[in-house]
Amino acid sequence: MAYSDKVVDHYNNPRNVGSFGKDTPGVGTGLVGAPECGDVMKLQIKVNLDTGVIEDAKFKTFGCGSAIASSSLATEWLKGKTVDEAAKIKNTDIVNELKLPPVKIHCSVLAEDAIKAALADYREKNAPADAPASSK
Amino acid sequence: MLKFPIFMDAQSTTPVDPRVVEAMIPYFTEKFGHPASRNHSFGWEAENAVDRARDQIAKIIGARDPKEVIFTSGGTESINLAVKGVAEMYREKGNHIVTTAIEQRASLDVCKRLERQGFEMTYVPVRPDGLVELDAIRQAITDKTILISVMFANNEIGTIQDMAAIGKLAKEKGIIFHADATQAVGKIPVNVEAAGIDLLSCTAHLIYGPKGVGALYVRRKAPRVRIAPLIDGGGHERGMRSGTLPVPLIVGFGRAAEICGEVMAEEGTRLAKLRDQLQDKILSNVDEAYLNGHPERRLPHNLNISFAYVEGESVLMGLNKESALSSGSACTSSTLEPSYVIGALGASAELAHSSIRFSLHRFTTEEEVEHVGARTIDVVKRLREMSPLYELAKEGVDLKSIRWKAD
Repeated sequence: MAYSDKVVDHYNNPRNVGSFGKDTPGVGTGLVGAPECGDVMKLQIKVNLDTGVIEDAKFKTFGCGSAIASSSLATEWLKGKTVDEAAKIKNTDIVNELKLPPVKIHCSVLAEDAIKAALADYREKNAPADAPASSK
Repeated sequence: MLKFPIFMDAQSTTPVDPRVVEAMIPYFTEKFGHPASRNHSFGWEAENAVDRARDQIAKIIGARDPKEVIFTSGGTESINLAVKGVAEMYREKGNHIVTTAIEQRASLDVCKRLERQGFEMTYVPVRPDGLVELDAIRQAITDKTILISVMFANNEIGTIQDMAAIGKLAKEKGIIFHADATQAVGKIPVNVEAAGIDLLSCTAHLIYGPKGVGALYVRRKAPRVRIAPLIDGGGHERGMRSGTLPVPLIVGFGRAAEICGEVMAEEGTRLAKLRDQLQDKILSNVDEAYLNGHPERRLPHNLNISFAYVEGESVLMGLNKESALSSGSACTSSTLEPSYVIGALGASAELAHSSIRFSLHRFTTEEEVEHVGARTIDVVKRLREMSPLYELAKEGVDLKSIRWKAD
């Protein structure tokens, strides 16, 4: 199976690889997948607590090239979005952007799950402070 | 000078040796006769060529009589013919077949089909090093067992079974013994007499011959093995495999076998040395890299390593611009399951996803081995830097303690 140019680009030059401290204020962490299934994604967002805007995002992924590309792309898209906007990212957007073949759609689903998990973790940790910021 | 891409996937197929191509060419054009044409020189010429190839193949597997070699379209057909052929022919005698958990797909799929037709299978497990215990086979045998089918050497991990011991057991019990020797023939000494093998499958394209031709050895004496054909027709190949013989392919197969016989000892030593070099380089530079299969009892050109915390396809992706390898990762299989062979060794599914197979061949150079080794180390290290599992493990987190949400 040949990879699309965008998948190859993200694989060769992954954006935003790394980690934030889990307990840093404003950080939300999502860890999804399972080692025995062959893919695990850790995706983190760092939200400006005043504006509710995601200022930075990082990922680490155990998985195939398409899984790495999906999570790398997700971190790019997350930056600059508000928490509410970020929740609207759909796996199909990732499929279209990376031109993933049918057998790789689960990689995009996992990336969407990772985004949702990171947002949920952020909301849980910042429940009272978050409400006014995101309703601006 | 290195030439890219480097082919290190020689257990999937091999390039045809130029000497083999040379032997084949006349049989496409001027010597195009049908070997079953008994009444003119074109036919005789073709028949002689086929007989010579039969002889060359009989020699490399230690068959007493070249007539015991039946030509087929390849390893898959040979295995189908052997297992289904015995099942049909000896059905009255019994309906039980003993095989192993690490057979190649063709064998396992044949067994599954026979199960649907009322046969019973026992898939004997293997030890963590890939060897089948003789006692496990012995215990699996019932009074209904008509066939024991075991692969001589494994396609993923290269582990070589103790065929002579299994053959002896089969003989004692009066059970037919089939060896899937597709990966072994031409690479290591194979002798159907010494190993007590009654049926043996092999193929040309793994021994520097052409794709599309294989052989099934069918023992004629002590015991005389009979098999029901899969393909009916003109009664070619002693009635066991009808169809016009592909003479050029057969000639190539024969020549390929002959060359393997001449160079096997030297080639095996050379490749084992290169393989060991590759293994040492990788294992001494990468922590938590595990050798799959038996460290000694394995094919000289095979190396299979699992790299913890990185997924196999992503490793191949980092290498595939320059080199061709394969992985037991689910992402590289058509079934979306990780390698059942690595799984059968008792390794975790994660390590099955992380396995990489390096298979060397006649034209592999030391330079290539050095290059692939160095690149593999780089790629694995780079991927670990972006692996959440590696990060967790380095933090001292036991990955088994995490409640993963598997789908």
